[in-house]
Amino acid sequence: MTAFLTLIIVLFILVAIWQMVKIFDLAQVGSSDSQVATDKDNKINGYMMMGFLVFIYAITILSFWYLGDLPLTSNAASEHGTEIDKLMIISMIVIFIVQTITQFLLHYFAFKYKGEKGRKALFYADNNTLEAIWTFIPVIVLAGLIIYGLFTWTSIMNVDETDDPLIVELYAQQFNWKARYGGEDNTLGLANVRLIDIDRANILGVDESDPYAQDDVITQELHLPVGRPVLFKMRSQDVLHSAYMPHFRAQMNCVPGMITQFGFTPSVTTADMRQNPDIQEKVENINNIRLANSVEIEAKGQELLYEFDYLLLCNKICGKSHYNMQMKIIVETQEEYDAWMKEQKVFKNSLINN
Amino acid sequence: MSANADTHSHDDHGHHHKETFVTKYIFSQDHKMIAKQYLITGILMGVVGVLMSILMRMQIAWPEQPNALFEALLGKWAPDGVMDADIYLALVTIHGTIMVFFVLTAGLSGTFSNLLIPLQIGARDMASGFLNMVSYWLFFTSSVIMISSFFVEFGPAAAGWTIYPPLSALPMAQGGSGMGMTLWLVSMAIFIASSLLGSLNYVVTVLNLRTKGMSMTRLPLTIWAFFVTAIIGVVSFPVLLAAVLLLIMDRSFGTSFFLSDIFIQGEVLHYQGGSPVLFEHLFWFLGHPEVYIVLLPALGISSEVIATNSRKPIFGYRAMVMSILAIAFLSTIVWGHHMFVSGMNPFLGSVFTFTTLLIAIPSAVKAFNYITTLWKGNLQMNPAMLFSIGLVSTFITGGLTGIILGDSALDINVHDTYFVVAHFHLVMGISALYGFFAGVYHWFPKMFGRMMNKNLGYLHFWVTAICAYGVFFPMHFIGMAGLPRRYYTNTNFPLFDDLANTNVIITMFAIVGAIFQFVFLYNFFASIFFGKKAEQNPWRSNTLEWTTPVEHIHGNWPGELPHVHRWSYDYSKPGHEEDFVPQNVPLYDGEEELQH
Repeated sequence: MTAFLTLIIVLFILVAIWQMVKIFDLAQVGSSDSQVATDKDNKINGYMMMGFLVFIYAITILSFWYLGDLPLTSNAASEHGTEIDKLMIISMIVIFIVQTITQFLLHYFAFKYKGEKGRKALFYADNNTLEAIWTFIPVIVLAGLIIYGLFTWTSIMNVDETDDPLIVELYAQQFNWKARYGGEDNTLGLANVRLIDIDRANILGVDESDPYAQDDVITQELHLPVGRPVLFKMRSQDVLHSAYMPHFRAQMNCVPGMITQFGFTPSVTTADMRQNPDIQEKVENINNIRLANSVEIEAKGQELLYEFDYLLLCNKICGKSHYNMQMKIIVETQEEYDAWMKEQKVFKNSLINN
Repeated sequence: MSANADTHSHDDHGHHHKETFVTKYIFSQDHKMIAKQYLITGILMGVVGVLMSILMRMQIAWPEQPNALFEALLGKWAPDGVMDADIYLALVTIHGTIMVFFVLTAGLSGTFSNLLIPLQIGARDMASGFLNMVSYWLFFTSSVIMISSFFVEFGPAAAGWTIYPPLSALPMAQGGSGMGMTLWLVSMAIFIASSLLGSLNYVVTVLNLRTKGMSMTRLPLTIWAFFVTAIIGVVSFPVLLAAVLLLIMDRSFGTSFFLSDIFIQGEVLHYQGGSPVLFEHLFWFLGHPEVYIVLLPALGISSEVIATNSRKPIFGYRAMVMSILAIAFLSTIVWGHHMFVSGMNPFLGSVFTFTTLLIAIPSAVKAFNYITTLWKGNLQMNPAMLFSIGLVSTFITGGLTGIILGDSALDINVHDTYFVVAHFHLVMGISALYGFFAGVYHWFPKMFGRMMNKNLGYLHFWVTAICAYGVFFPMHFIGMAGLPRRYYTNTNFPLFDDLANTNVIITMFAIVGAIFQFVFLYNFFASIFFGKKAEQNPWRSNTLEWTTPVEHIHGNWPGELPHVHRWSYDYSKPGHEEDFVPQNVPLYDGEEELQH
């Protein structure tokens, strides 16, 4: 049905264009129009330019009105996340100011100086002072942003291993994620895809002879204790993937053949985040949408109502099911985390002996 | 006034051999005909590329719903009209490849560099007409190969236009990485050869064949842009060729340049010691300059069109040339900003943030110079002028968000989201496309001796302009909500359910925008045959191409080549009756040439 309607609409628009084309053509029969803009064209298009300026401002305001909650600039769930948010908001304000002014000048000049017969333009080819001004203003603004950005970047990327971060491996494969914890010793055992032994359920290729590996814990869900620094070591077994954790302002590619890393400190538990008024509003909004489409959603076998959870998404094209490669992240108190960890099987006990 | 006034009637250019249909229209060595061949091939590829984007947008707006259009166009890849996830990625890949390389590199640069370089510098033809012909036919061959990949068993390449290995290297990782990827690689290798032949020809022609008096500082900005673009191409395209060849080796001959430690479909592969990050470096060493290969010609065209139609000299000619050179230089040392989260050393991230944000400076200078050129002008709102103003608008809107993406700390978070899609479509896609349209409307009379219909041009511009913003402006906000790009459907993430309506609106704008490109197609093809006959210099422009006769002749000018006495921007110069003074008009007694 939708397809049929779409086709009909497309057809109607095509007919409408065809008609317009004919009208334009007929309107020109016998005229001595040279197809070069006349004063009338200049005037109409000059006004259109002003109209277009209004359109640009309108679409900006509408976008902010309906989509302006910008989940990536507020309610960061990691310590460095608030730094990124601050930098993001400052950059956006700079962009917003420059955009508003330059678009105004561009379209206003296009309107103000629309051509008229007999008028002569000002012969004005150069002005070094002006050039210097608009070279140096961007230089100063950008210098500020660069310095701020580089400090933020350096502090995020340089993981301080002295404050005993929790070591977690994120393991990517087409098309799911696994997490591996270092266990009691907080040290990951050696691993390589060449050691994968499906028959023994050694799916991550962990080195069975490595003493550090014995107490490793492999899980399908990522649990993190709140307030403790985490250092992720990323691996991939097949193609490039990217571990994207938007709520934590974290992302790093998983590259076959090498180990990449990213560290952060989760600062808000899942339970607390669910109580956040912004998040509650968002969840309510989403659930209203889901209730309105309940038939389709249930037909897909999904749970109807949505409850907020942190997510790990794959953000590097990795093949057919790239769009559904996700893992739930749960941030909890140290006690809850410890209790959960106790229930998990350690590596040496998870192997099948045959 | 015209070049013919002071010519002697002797022919020394020796171009008068008999032409057959084949040598005139098919294996032509005349730059004007080759330009038209590039243009029409580029337009046809553009139709294919845009159609693919509409199919993708329909899938995103109405995910996994049966659609008659899918069934009709995609056949076995849309069983019962529901698009397959593999073919979605193939559409993403081929749309990107076609638009970036085939439309906006070959279609744009190939058309206008070929047409304008000899005409605007006062040359009979390109330095080598034969290489030029070979360049076009290599491009044509690569286009055919790229399109033909839709007809192989497992479909075309589907690893994204960046074809990162191992996804692109392993046929078992993805259907499209089999024969489809082989065809992609072969097609691109041929394309690069074509591009290199073209670029070398442009560089040599600009350096050696300028007519008497055409010093480098008198060159129109179009030529500066094409010239510098060609240099960037010669420097960076070979690196992509190297990457393509190494990838072919990995795929077909068992080497391990980009692959190591891979376990897929139950078996360990033999690859050891390579690195996909190496491929990323090689790819983006072309990939980023490529942005400017696409954009600079568009900026050159708009400089020329804005000056002519403002009836004013371009403001800050020297600053414009310097900023083109600065952009060209910087463009080769910023590629790492595509790789902030690739796993490369974070210190490199700092360096690339620094160089990347530096590019904003020459870009800002260019934008301000365009705006100042409009100031106190006498703007002739021809369709080409509208598209040029539109270009400046989207260049600013799209360029500004580069401040966020170029900043490594911020990129962590918006990398590979729709924010990136919105950014690069506005700043290089739409802007370059506007430059392309501006060029077509402006030089159509030169190419075909007829005028395009201006009212259809206005209709085309305004609908396109509104739809372009309608599509890409809200897309920034979707990206800011964290929605990753290249997802076949977002329905597996309830988190993104509140973005579904916006996606439908975006798709609507995209469909309307795409449909109205038929206005252009109609205008273009109908005007070739039925357009109003053009005058010699319809836009009253200063550059040399308008001193050639309307009917094309081999060798461009009958008789002697015009001599150049001034720069190309003497519009509304005090002391002259008319508001334009073509470059071949000598200075009158006591007239001073502007020092620039």
